[in-house]
Amino acid sequence: MTTVWSGDALAEAIEAFAPGSVESSAGSDVWLKPESISTVCEGLKIRSEFKFDLLSSLTAVDYIDHFEVVYHLTSLPMNASAVLKSRVGHGRTEASIASVVPIWRGADYQEREVWDLMGIRFDGHPNHKRIMLWEGYPGHPLRKDYVTYDQSIASTAPGGADSLEGAE
Amino acid sequence: MTGPKLIDPYGTPAGADPRGALQSITLDLDRTEGESVNKMKSTHLEPFPDPVLEVPDDLKRSVIVSSVDYLLNWARKSSVFPLQSGLACCSFEMISAAMARFDLARFGMEALRASPRQADLLIVAGTLTWKMAVPLRRLYDQMAEPRWVISMGVCATSGGPYYQSYSVVPGVNHIMPVDVYVPGCPPRPDALLYGIMQLHDKIRRYSLNGQAAGQE
Repeated sequence: MTTVWSGDALAEAIEAFAPGSVESSAGSDVWLKPESISTVCEGLKIRSEFKFDLLSSLTAVDYIDHFEVVYHLTSLPMNASAVLKSRVGHGRTEASIASVVPIWRGADYQEREVWDLMGIRFDGHPNHKRIMLWEGYPGHPLRKDYVTYDQSIASTAPGGADSLEGAE
Repeated sequence: MTGPKLIDPYGTPAGADPRGALQSITLDLDRTEGESVNKMKSTHLEPFPDPVLEVPDDLKRSVIVSSVDYLLNWARKSSVFPLQSGLACCSFEMISAAMARFDLARFGMEALRASPRQADLLIVAGTLTWKMAVPLRRLYDQMAEPRWVISMGVCATSGGPYYQSYSVVPGVNHIMPVDVYVPGCPPRPDALLYGIMQLHDKIRRYSLNGQAAGQE
């Protein structure tokens, strides 16, 4: 059975080798400061007490006042898993975080997907461009404030989206 | 960074393009592709009118070339070769329509052509995204006339469940004229066969005297 690191225990273990890098911890999650993500991830992969050699998932969440990048780590040698999170782009400013492609190569496409759909920049990514939508596409469609092409037509048309909302 | 130095997995050599070896090769291609997608999205705003056959008036009816019409249309309708192309889940219904139980071969169209040059019928089976619209229009342009298009399923017909999506074409008739629409999500093979039979019926009505096949 895979051991799941509790947030508090993992935060303590991270603080032991990278002091000052943890923002908070709760449940099974650890929130890291975005500027320390490279140091911490490198330590989690290499150090003998973690050996997180597999990044099973990298994704992002839009919380309207900020974005959150989520890393799901798996350690095959230790049969353990952990969840790292990092809050970026407070106040919907230009969101960016260091890339973890130099550490886990599998992060390549997932970081490009997050950039494509959520608009979070990954500094140091070797091939930083869109992956699914085409070059020249306006905006990042999974953001909460994104208005699609069709909806923008409906909301500007007379008796468009506003009257529809009123009807409900 | 602390700890041992990690090796850049892509191994960018010194003096290479600062964007990285991979990106310097592919990004220009992506930009060209993106320009073509955006061009299609900004120019294909209105749906094409569906090719509807006009009923000829009495005067045109009085001139009869019916035997040639009959022979040509019979030959065309009896060997409509579909293009082997599937976009999404609807293509599996199309495939099962071609298999033994529903047996597309009854209509002389068992040969799903792998090349658009040899195909007469494009079955748009599934969700059409704007990124796929450019290659699909190219396939349509490469087909020899007379050519026909069946829009299979609600995604191809109107966008269906992806209507107002950021990446899906709101109806394949924005990209090319459509002869027959087959509703369903996905349509059963029976429904596709009925649509094909409707197309056969349509092909039978072309006339060299009125609207010849291949005229748009």
